[in-house]
Amino acid sequence: MDNTPVIGVLALQGDVREHLIALAAADAVARPVRRPEELAEVDALVIPGGESTTMSKLAVLFGMLEPLRERVRGGMPVYGTCAGMIMLADKLLDGREDQETLGGIDMIVRRNAFGRQNESFEASIDFAGIDGGPVEGVFIRAPWVESVGAEVRVLATYDGHTVAVRQGNVLATSFHPELTGDDRVHAYFVDMVRTGL
Amino acid sequence: MSTLPSTPQTPETGTARVKRGMAEQLKGGVIMDVVNAEQAKIAEDAGAVAVMALERVPADIRKDGGVARMSDPNMIEEIIGAVSIPVMAKSRIGHFVEAQVLQSLGVDYIDESEVLTPADEVNHSDKWAFTTPFVCGATNLGEALRRIAEGAAMIRSKGEAGTGNVVEAVRHLRQIKNEIAKLRGFDNNELFAAAKELRAPYELVKEVAELGKLPVVLFSAGGVATPADAALMRQLGAEGVFVGSGIFKSGDPAKRAAAIVKATTFFDDPKVIADASRNLGEAMVGINCDTLPEAERYANRGW
Repeated sequence: MDNTPVIGVLALQGDVREHLIALAAADAVARPVRRPEELAEVDALVIPGGESTTMSKLAVLFGMLEPLRERVRGGMPVYGTCAGMIMLADKLLDGREDQETLGGIDMIVRRNAFGRQNESFEASIDFAGIDGGPVEGVFIRAPWVESVGAEVRVLATYDGHTVAVRQGNVLATSFHPELTGDDRVHAYFVDMVRTGL
Repeated sequence: MSTLPSTPQTPETGTARVKRGMAEQLKGGVIMDVVNAEQAKIAEDAGAVAVMALERVPADIRKDGGVARMSDPNMIEEIIGAVSIPVMAKSRIGHFVEAQVLQSLGVDYIDESEVLTPADEVNHSDKWAFTTPFVCGATNLGEALRRIAEGAAMIRSKGEAGTGNVVEAVRHLRQIKNEIAKLRGFDNNELFAAAKELRAPYELVKEVAELGKLPVVLFSAGGVATPADAALMRQLGAEGVFVGSGIFKSGDPAKRAAAIVKATTFFDDPKVIADASRNLGEAMVGINCDTLPEAERYANRGW
């Protein structure tokens, strides 16, 4: 089997294009995924930034929720940024009551924890397992991780709050590496996927 | 997308990357005009990525006439309190004090909008001076680039708001896309003259020629009334849509809002659009744009 992973980007809503570009730069084959049959064809998945309530609603409406949950349970590598982190949380705070998540990481995530758009910010983030200095963190109405279970590794914090985590094959960041042109977090994820192939 | 300067050592708010990045998160989505908290909740329930808080939808502004201004802060705060999705609000063109007020209220995006009565017939607001990002309307590439030069972090094609008629939205989006395509074919020598003709900064013109797109997100607005309208704008290249009067001036707003969200996501799948279009009840009554007097064309506002 060819060792170039095929990585889908969940394309219901959000900054799909930026993730496709970042994944391609990290030497993966990247394609948008909106339907169950498209999901079945990828080795791994990125859940982009976007509006998590919209994304969750569309996933339910178009029959993607259960297929996604099944793949995550089955060990498919997944990386979620911002709204994607929310989708991967086993438990959510400050979400809508009817908001569904996929789960995948034993963590409690607080939605919009860093505030509204006027509080959105950029900062340098030290990321465990990524060499070459801190990564550029762009935080937009960003969530943070309130607490994690024993199986979860914290990879980065900012101002005392957890902003990057990994549990097994599932990775999540509060911030948006796809907006920076710095592809190291995507390369880290592509390595995770490659190791599992 | 363009690579902006690298991250500052100390945290920084209101950077171009944070402002433009916010709009990137809205892509593929629908932003809905709402005039109260109840409508805002209907929009959020339907899957809107954001709401635009305003006192009267454009169709009513047309009907009522008079001067249209920024909305009452109380009403904007009620809407902010009612939903968890981003809230946008409109300032008049060039009315930077209305924009200051909206920023102080904590809105997530300011629309410097031709739908309101312009406050300045020469100048738009200096949008770099704000932490809150701005979206502005444009009918062509030069206008879009002038707004970006002033600091706009998102562009929407103007269309003709409050008409329920998509023809002007199509005209403006096609115009912008065609002018971008034309720039792609120019060599470096021609870009200087192109900048002069577009009445836009050379650096931005060069950036667009290289990227093949605007350096910010491009949505469509002004006249979308049906799921098929929204999908049409997406197929023509809009990265998302604003829907104003089209939802809450229709017979069944909740159903129509959800249907437009579906068609915007699956804009290239006629079966999904067909299903979304079934039994929506009355659409808003439209206006034929060629019968609109010049003075009543909002798209002409902005310079």
